Amino acid sequence: MATTTVGAPGTTPGAPPARPATTRRRRMRERLTVLSFMAPVLIGLALFLVYPLVASVYFSFTKFDLINVPEWVGLRNWRFLLEDPRVRTASINTLWLVVVMVPARMLGALGTGLLLTRFGRAAGLYRTLFYLPALAPPVAATLAFVFLFKPGTGPVNTLLAQFGIEGPLWFNSPEWAKPSLVLLALWGVGDLMIIFLAALLDVPKQLYEAAALDGANAWQQFRAVTLPAISPVLLFAAVTGVIQTLQYFTQAAVAASVASGQATTGGGISSTFGYPENSTFTYPLWLYVVGFRYGALGYANVLAVVLFLVAITVTAILLRRFRTFLGSEQ
Amino acid sequence: MFGSTRRAAMKRAVALAAAVLAASTACTPAAPEKPAASPGVEPSGTVEFWHFFTDREAKAIDTVIADFKAKFPKVDVVVKSGQDDTKMLQAIGAGKGPDVGLSYSTDAAGQLCDSGAWVDLKQYVDRDKVDVNQFPETVRNYTEFEGKRCAMPFLADTYGFYYNKKIFAEAGVAAPPKTLSELADVAKKLTKRKADGTIQRAGFLPLSGFYENVPSHFYPMVGAKWLTDDGKSAVGSDPAWQELLKWQKDLVDWFGYDKLEKFRASLGDEWSADNAFHKGQVAMMIDGEFRIAFLRDQAKDLQFGTAPLPVSDNQPDRYGAGYVTGNIMGVSKTAKNPEAAWALVRYLSTDTGAIVKLANLIKNVPTTTQALANPGDLATDAEFKIFIDMFQNPNSVHMPSTAIGPALEETMSEFMNKWQSGSAKDLSGGLRSVDQNIDKQLQLAG
Repeated sequence: MATTTVGAPGTTPGAPPARPATTRRRRMRERLTVLSFMAPVLIGLALFLVYPLVASVYFSFTKFDLINVPEWVGLRNWRFLLEDPRVRTASINTLWLVVVMVPARMLGALGTGLLLTRFGRAAGLYRTLFYLPALAPPVAATLAFVFLFKPGTGPVNTLLAQFGIEGPLWFNSPEWAKPSLVLLALWGVGDLMIIFLAALLDVPKQLYEAAALDGANAWQQFRAVTLPAISPVLLFAAVTGVIQTLQYFTQAAVAASVASGQATTGGGISSTFGYPENSTFTYPLWLYVVGFRYGALGYANVLAVVLFLVAITVTAILLRRFRTFLGSEQ
Repeated sequence: MFGSTRRAAMKRAVALAAAVLAASTACTPAAPEKPAASPGVEPSGTVEFWHFFTDREAKAIDTVIADFKAKFPKVDVVVKSGQDDTKMLQAIGAGKGPDVGLSYSTDAAGQLCDSGAWVDLKQYVDRDKVDVNQFPETVRNYTEFEGKRCAMPFLADTYGFYYNKKIFAEAGVAAPPKTLSELADVAKKLTKRKADGTIQRAGFLPLSGFYENVPSHFYPMVGAKWLTDDGKSAVGSDPAWQELLKWQKDLVDWFGYDKLEKFRASLGDEWSADNAFHKGQVAMMIDGEFRIAFLRDQAKDLQFGTAPLPVSDNQPDRYGAGYVTGNIMGVSKTAKNPEAAWALVRYLSTDTGAIVKLANLIKNVPTTTQALANPGDLATDAEFKIFIDMFQNPNSVHMPSTAIGPALEETMSEFMNKWQSGSAKDLSGGLRSVDQNIDKQLQLAG
């Protein structure tokens, strides 16, 4: 029976094998070279992701007020999570926003993007017009929006009244406050719309021509050509949309403060958070109030860890679902 | 062999996690308090002073700070206006806080003292023989927490009753209401509705959350208790809360909750010239003495009167009392120049000239007995005099200091919002759940 000896890469067949110590040193050098190239990213991840994450988990088991050394309290903060009535309200509101606002923004951006692909010469002007609200700072945009929708004095209800329609109380109504926030989000959908528009313009024209030759109508073309082609962008929009909405803070805080008529300084603004009747009280608002107004940073870290876990889980589920969706299309 | 590699990797991971945890705790500031200097040492250097005032009121502060600099030429004061408690606490935690901080509300005293964000001033008070008895008892109480004096007063706010004299005269109402039932009657009499039943003018807008309608400004009317003697929530067991909330709900229901909300949504912002009382859209309201300055600045033609808060029909002898709160100031744990910081705190809280000047400029209530006895022009202002008297009334109350800061009031406020809208129907059960919630939060902070 013939035996063939295959030497290690880079060695001459029949030559004596390299000494193990030399090989180890070479491998070590290679690893260090790779590590040195990856170092900026690894250090960044360690400092700004791993460290805060581990610290947050640790702080969640402590009594911590930013001023004193954290004091270990075991599961006390975690037990309070199960008994906290406000976290339930805040979670329900945030869930509502995730379920309604994220799809609404995606549909709004996709619809606007599709509309803009139909425009000819004036396309540039319309793209700019639709994108403009997204450039407004969130606080300024929310302020303007709440004043526009102010019942009694705002132009929206005045306009509706011209047509004999009695406008709702918008941001002053517990039923309408969250839908009003969705309207605000739709008004500023330009950032997402630009991404969808780029993806839509990237879909090869030949695919539509082939589909048309096969007798596909507009809906079938959209379903069989457009959607699969832009699905990576849909995935991106869904994942970032969910994460952003789980962290929804600024617009909810400002809208509540302005609508309540108590925009004040000094004592902080958390007394108006959630107005009206806790309908706009989101999970991050409660996290902020607990941590920075009530000084219970240990419990605030519990809320932060839970928020992180929820965001990771939802992202994983979305990635899995979209992979299935992509797989079925290909 | 694979097993040992995995074990080694596991050990490295555990070691890394332990190092990160150690770093987490090591990063927490825990600077010891500096000892006070020997008596007679002249303060010098720079002091950073954060306060929450803006515009007209911030200019008043600047005037008094200029006086301080003239008196202490070796001390320079860097003033930062428009700050709030939350930002101050975060800055102190990060080791970058001001030398002297001014807090908006007395309910922050517990949090600031308990956490040690503001240092115990006892060593300075004792060294300089500052007589804390120059502050009225209420002021002494709200500037300390569990016997620890970590704050000094910086003027006070007293909440009372405002009414529109012109509307009163037109309706033939001779005097402001003294009891809750009188308040409800006058509110109904002064209310004007449009043909469709919507509110055109509210005699009194009883919704919790409207402008200064918060539980702390309402509870003196019935003398309710926040905490029991052993420091637990008392709102579920004190019948005075039920009396207050039933009265409020009855009045809300008379107007119609939806109609009130709609009316409220049409009103201007509290701090703007469009304030509903300024514009005659609301005939009576509860507010602090500072409103007088706003009214004279923003609604010069409005004829208004002030009065003590109406009280429970069962406790007429409580009439004359109000809600007292105060701005409090302290020296940060991370103060770079605590001696000069204390000099500034002492000047602003005990120098009669400075206090009277500030009180007249900002239109707040002075907080020392000497300044109260001779409050300058404020003494001749009939509307303001009411608030000075209320401030000194033995039945006037302030929020108890707890380690959970504003959580006490905000938890109650949340229930009041549900109660007035009708979404919470069981009053005693709701108040008991407020009790439980507050107690759990106190336990969490304890």
